[in-house]
Amino acid sequence: MKFDKEKYAKESKKGAPRSPLLRNGFATFWVGGSICLVGELLYRFFLSLSLLPKTASVSATVALVFASALLTALGVFDSIGRYAGAGTLVPVTGFANAVVSPAIDTKSEGLILGVGAKIFTVAGPVLLFGTLAGGLYGVLYALYLLFFGM
Amino acid sequence: MAGRIFVHKEITVSSFAAVGGKEEKAGPLGAYLDYHEESGKFGAKTWELAEGEMGGLALQFALAKEKRNPKDVSLVFAGDLQNQCVATTHGLLPFSIPYLGIYGACSTCTEGLLLSALALSNPSVVRCAALTSSHFCAAERQFRLPLEYGGQRAPTAQWTATAAGAFLLCRYEDSPHPVRLTLSASMAGRAVDGGLSDASNMGAAMAPAAADSILTFLSETDTSPEEYDAIVTGDLGSEGTRLLHQILADNGVSLGERHRDCGMLLYDKDKQDIHAGASGCGCSAAVLAAYFLPALSSGKLRKILFLSTGALMSPSSIEQGEDIVGIAPVICLQSGKENHFV
Repeated sequence: MKFDKEKYAKESKKGAPRSPLLRNGFATFWVGGSICLVGELLYRFFLSLSLLPKTASVSATVALVFASALLTALGVFDSIGRYAGAGTLVPVTGFANAVVSPAIDTKSEGLILGVGAKIFTVAGPVLLFGTLAGGLYGVLYALYLLFFGM
Repeated sequence: MAGRIFVHKEITVSSFAAVGGKEEKAGPLGAYLDYHEESGKFGAKTWELAEGEMGGLALQFALAKEKRNPKDVSLVFAGDLQNQCVATTHGLLPFSIPYLGIYGACSTCTEGLLLSALALSNPSVVRCAALTSSHFCAAERQFRLPLEYGGQRAPTAQWTATAAGAFLLCRYEDSPHPVRLTLSASMAGRAVDGGLSDASNMGAAMAPAAADSILTFLSETDTSPEEYDAIVTGDLGSEGTRLLHQILADNGVSLGERHRDCGMLLYDKDKQDIHAGASGCGCSAAVLAAYFLPALSSGKLRKILFLSTGALMSPSSIEQGEDIVGIAPVICLQSGKENHFV
């Protein structure tokens, strides 16, 4: 058979259908924007309950995480995510979904070997490198304060 | 060179059945399934066992169609997509038929039929069964992301079919009814590395193997595409199909309308959100049992080449960046007692 791997790799990329950028971008921005709007409204709501700004902001985040975990458990979130893409993925909602969905999925393997061991299969890299980056930043900031601080 | 083509004498597929899930029922071939289940659970507590139950049901239907007992079957060649083929193992337990487990990724259907036909050349083997299944939920869990994960799939990605196909094969003399179709020849596929490693474009990874098998079969049997009513690939989907035609054109062969792909037949691309088409070893098995075998039995089709296409890889090999190797075993199916090769 006449076949050239390099040419084939190019050919398979060149003619492949692309994601509909405009449609996806539109969905991403309106859904993502709406989630942020809901976050802002929640924040103001919590402020109105005379919470401190810091506490109100954390409470709004927690509420969004809870909502997306609930929607994941109800089996609705994946359909929203399929439509909105990065719109639901980038805000904290995506992170909640990335933790809850493997937890639901691995329930059949039990609490220890299933949920316990596999809950972070999707979010694991973010947790690991996020924590590392946070630690590294803390060390650098401490050094900065040590040499250039007041 | 060792003979590539195996010619089979007086071997028939006497009974067959297809079972599917909700999406498969909603597709254009839904009406031809022997059974379907909306929830996809088939009464089992896990998706893995559900796949086994579904496979068992397909075999039960194939046996029931000729009022046969599992004891009448000498040997079953069966496999699925799960690690160590556990779905099949559990699904076959109640039947207690001597079992040889096989794995050819999505090419398992043709592999099982080929092996059954070969086994039947031994006179001690009276009746063989071939069984294959795949389940969307079990496959997603093993190969991709959690089911409830909210993300977008690449446009080239395919949808693993929740489907199973079962086939009973025997020699003409043991057929319970006048022979309706013949498995006349077969050829095992070669593992072909097309150099691609994108797990969301399996059609492209398998197309070179399909092309290799089609070209080899045609040249070894000295036949031309025009001599076949259809040349059917397993689950290349729209991308794999496009690339298959391109590779074949580079080699001076054109299949034209004669080429059909089970991955493009199982679902309605416009109405169902399945991207580049269906995949999974249940796809070609169900399409063969629900569509092509009935068409050959009734004489609507006279002679077809059928090649399920398999993407040989594991989640680890993909993460390690290895190429996805393709494979495509071929069988030739003919209407009635016709046998081009004898």
